[in-house]
Amino acid sequence: MVTRGYFRYRMITNQFARFAFLAASLFGLLVLFVLLYRVIEQGAGWLNSGFLTGRLSTQPDQAGIKGAVFGTLWLMAVVIPLTTMVGVGTAIYLEMYAKKGKLRGLIQTNIANLAGVPSIVYGILGMTLFVRALDFGNIVLAGGLTMSLLVLPIVIVSSQEAIRAIPSFLGEASYGLGATKWQTIKSVLLPVALPSMLTGSILALSRAIGETAPLVVIGIPALLLPIPMNIFDKFTVLPMQIYYWTIDSSLLAEYANLAAATIIVLLTILFLLNATAIIIRNKFEQRF
Amino acid sequence: MLTRQDTAKEIHFQQLAERHKRRVARERWLPVGLFLLTLLSVITTIGIVVVLFSETISFFQRVPIIEFFTGTVLKPLSQTPQFGVLPLLLGTVLSTAIAMVVAVPLGLMTAIYLSEYASARWRKFLKPALELLAGIPTIVYGFFAFTFVTPVLREWIPSLQATNLLSPGIVMGIMIIPMIASLSEDAMRSVPNALRDGAFGLGATKLEVTRKVVIPAALSGIIASVVLGISRAIGETMIVTIASGSSKNFTLNITESMQTMTAYIVEVTGGDASAGTTVYYSLYAVAMTLFVFTLAMNMLARYISNRFKEEY
Repeated sequence: MVTRGYFRYRMITNQFARFAFLAASLFGLLVLFVLLYRVIEQGAGWLNSGFLTGRLSTQPDQAGIKGAVFGTLWLMAVVIPLTTMVGVGTAIYLEMYAKKGKLRGLIQTNIANLAGVPSIVYGILGMTLFVRALDFGNIVLAGGLTMSLLVLPIVIVSSQEAIRAIPSFLGEASYGLGATKWQTIKSVLLPVALPSMLTGSILALSRAIGETAPLVVIGIPALLLPIPMNIFDKFTVLPMQIYYWTIDSSLLAEYANLAAATIIVLLTILFLLNATAIIIRNKFEQRF
Repeated sequence: MLTRQDTAKEIHFQQLAERHKRRVARERWLPVGLFLLTLLSVITTIGIVVVLFSETISFFQRVPIIEFFTGTVLKPLSQTPQFGVLPLLLGTVLSTAIAMVVAVPLGLMTAIYLSEYASARWRKFLKPALELLAGIPTIVYGFFAFTFVTPVLREWIPSLQATNLLSPGIVMGIMIIPMIASLSEDAMRSVPNALRDGAFGLGATKLEVTRKVVIPAALSGIIASVVLGISRAIGETMIVTIASGSSKNFTLNITESMQTMTAYIVEVTGGDASAGTTVYYSLYAVAMTLFVFTLAMNMLARYISNRFKEEY
């Protein structure tokens, strides 16, 4: 039964729904805005050169995050080469060498499952294997190896996608000129895939920089540590500093401001990394 | 008849062919090396399973498995320790449920807006902005939940404790919105326009097309995105650790402090439980439970999206 009233009802609900969907999608942005505003309002006043270059201190107005910045850098010094080498190597094997079959499917499923394992489980693996069994202690190397395992699936999958996106005629042309498989991969395919591989690696890296749970499990103490000078030193990182200052803020309210200031530093680093990734993608990615 | 030039060419080709052969021979070890790198991800899985499994067995030699899975009291550090996992399971289930109450409607509505309503330009702005939300580290969300959301909620719910399950649950939901939105949007956008046009031709409004054509056609992808969101919420650690405290309450009252499985792991490792104690082993039993849960969810999501995929 079609009446005019029913038609109007349908039109009005349609308009209403449109508005509701828009409102819902703006909600996320609103939260993002509130979060950033809160953090900046609380932390900006504490951000000064003393904070960036100072050492940890229990006195809020003397505390600095130099150690955490260095720790984060050293951690990256372990994670970047390891994940790039293993991640790209694995992607090349799976895309270029592995025969399509049961084994390849199994490895692929395994990688997908690893990507879904909670980060804290990687922390337990790292704590058991690197910190205790191999007796590294809670040094940069142990944290870096753990983080590498955590982000490896991301690097592998994004590198695979980068290789898969290369049109097949490039490889065929190279083979036609008499190049061997490795020559083709090294001189033709990898240079083409490099920008999007780099983008994927940077995104994986920013995950590793912001991740906290595995390092808490490995046991990074809230002590005043010396600045780490190599990968065998004990260390702390920016997220750990945020964690300790946040939970300590119930003891001393100023600690929350320190946490907020550290968050600004962390988010700035992540923002710069992501911007780099976007620039690389837009500038160097070739279309065929 | 061969001329001198042809013979020279012939020799040259032979040299090239030789060189090519040598190169190919030298490259033979390459796949082996790359395969070894590939094995690392398999070894990681084996490592996780072996570590969790062996230490969990040690735990069950000290605490009966029945007691662990049916016990409602968790007092790991008391004189007469009790190791019931149910308080942690309940904490995890409740916080995940709160997160889903937030993330599913908002995530799906966002996905619908992006896929069906938004203009190309507006979408180009909105999507990266949501990705920004997804890129914020969970520790920052934890800080936000503890120092902002909880105090704000307390204005409305005076009985809310300083650490509670409600606030981290909500923030976790907000964190998961972009994930559900983007995965569901992918599913909706892969519904061919011919289906939509058919319904529009019959006089359907946009809402009716969305509800009766697009959503049913994309349902498997949508459900898979929700299941993945659940898995993400179960494994989320820092938000609940910071904002929900460490009381091992067995209650349905989400205004109270409660502990999740992940937060328990943080508490025990952070407290430097010495190796070999029952508390130390309980860590692995809880982690094993967590691992099995999330693995099951991830496999379920993949099964749903493969099994019920609509091909057009």
